[in-house]
Amino acid sequence: MTQVAVRRSPPATAPVGTVAGEAVTLTDVTKRYAGTHGALALDGINLSVPRGQFVCIVGASGCGKSTLLNLVSGLDAVTGGGISVEGRPAFMFQEHALMPWLSALDNVALPLRLSGRSTVDRERLARELLATVHLSAWADRRPHELSGGMRQRVALARTLATECTVLLMDEPFGALDAITRDLLHDELESIWRARGLTVLFVTHNVREAVRLGDRVVLLSSRPGRVVEDYRIDLPRPRRFEDPEVTSATGEITAALRAEVARHGD
Amino acid sequence: MATDTVLAGELRGLDALETTTDRPQVGSRLWHALAPKAAAVALVLGLWELVVLLGLKPEYVLPPPGAALSELGHQLTQATFWHATAVTVSRGVVGFSLASVVGLALGVVVSRSRFLRSAIGSLITGLQTMPSIAWFPLAILLFQLSETAILFVILIGAVPSIANGVISGVDYVPPTLIRAGRNLGARGLGLYRYVIVPAALPGIVSGLKQGWAFAWRSLLAGELIVAIANRPSLGAFLSNSRELGDPPYMIALMIAILLIGVLVDTAFSAVDQGIRRRRGAVV
Repeated sequence: MTQVAVRRSPPATAPVGTVAGEAVTLTDVTKRYAGTHGALALDGINLSVPRGQFVCIVGASGCGKSTLLNLVSGLDAVTGGGISVEGRPAFMFQEHALMPWLSALDNVALPLRLSGRSTVDRERLARELLATVHLSAWADRRPHELSGGMRQRVALARTLATECTVLLMDEPFGALDAITRDLLHDELESIWRARGLTVLFVTHNVREAVRLGDRVVLLSSRPGRVVEDYRIDLPRPRRFEDPEVTSATGEITAALRAEVARHGD
Repeated sequence: MATDTVLAGELRGLDALETTTDRPQVGSRLWHALAPKAAAVALVLGLWELVVLLGLKPEYVLPPPGAALSELGHQLTQATFWHATAVTVSRGVVGFSLASVVGLALGVVVSRSRFLRSAIGSLITGLQTMPSIAWFPLAILLFQLSETAILFVILIGAVPSIANGVISGVDYVPPTLIRAGRNLGARGLGLYRYVIVPAALPGIVSGLKQGWAFAWRSLLAGELIVAIANRPSLGAFLSNSRELGDPPYMIALMIAILLIGVLVDTAFSAVDQGIRRRRGAVV
């Protein structure tokens, strides 16, 4: 008997107020681009993410995936609807966005400095976090002396230094080669589990979404709406090449393609 | 955890493969920095000697490099020369320091405000194109033949460059760094202190470097025009040397002025290179 890897959740209904146990709740979120007649980027997004869940958001170009994360992070404001988030979420970008004048250690220590920690605390915590991402030996190197994957791990350690419980990731591994990306999937998964983080992970790579997510949310394009909300019940750790991962990827990719084809009509 | 040690081992291997530890030697860096400069000086001296040998100008107008250099050597033993140099350099240092304070403050303020940017931004650039010597008639009218007149022109020459350096440095800060800084909890002045100013530092340093060049030029122009009694200066001596009809002395002074300018410029370049190297912008 084959296990049902992918299960479609019923569409989320708009919750009233904050729901206990939810780390992120989006209620009828609408976003228009700048200007009064700006194009609609996101249209009536309802999404509720329980604490500790790993949610991947996939969609074709123009689905507003990145806009969605910007709204949740507070870097951008909604046009309509509401968002409630637990604490101050940390953001990890596709580009590492490390400060090029600071060493790996000082980059990780920056949020600690901004939150007013003492020098001793900063040093100790930053070293612990670098150890968490297996980069203790590279503490004194500056970003340009590190590989792309290492920079992303420093960036990950830096987001952890903000003591966030919600982590927003915008295609963080999009620019990495396959081997590095696989290892970083393992690393992210182990950190996510150890710390009980809630993750919103945006990617255009469906297989990556299936590899990592408890849920995969498929958005339509222009405007972005939630088309499907897949539950991925596969056991962890998963591997990129697992047949179950492949078949789930196939199903979601077919839906994504159908969504893309709609725009060609 | 066994899986964690496997992962750690794999990551270590990958990290070792993807990075290099080579850094260029100091000796070779120094050679690469100095050799072209030495060649350029030799070329200029050679051309100068050639022009003299061709006899295009009589020697009492254009002396050979040897005569000028030996005059410079003589001047270096004279107390009056050092006194004049000290006056000129201290004017430069005071003027430039003041210009830096004003220019940096102005740059930060203008770069922060969209309104000020469009109001004053183009004015600052406009001021920069104004030859500093054109300010002297007004400066003398306002401040007579005084130190203040010279200082005024140094400031008006150097401040726009320095302010512009800050503004363009801030403009070229990658937006992702600002977004990241905000997300990490930097607000207001903290964002400036920990993200924007360090990120803009290369632009700020090149603004300061250009500001020094403007200050030095304005200063020497001022010293040629504004002679103050009992204040010997390189500019005043230069003016005297023409009146005395002493070309070797004149050229010796010019070389001294050039050398001081180059020396300071080299110091700025070294700082600039250091900053860029730290960030991986140059190898």
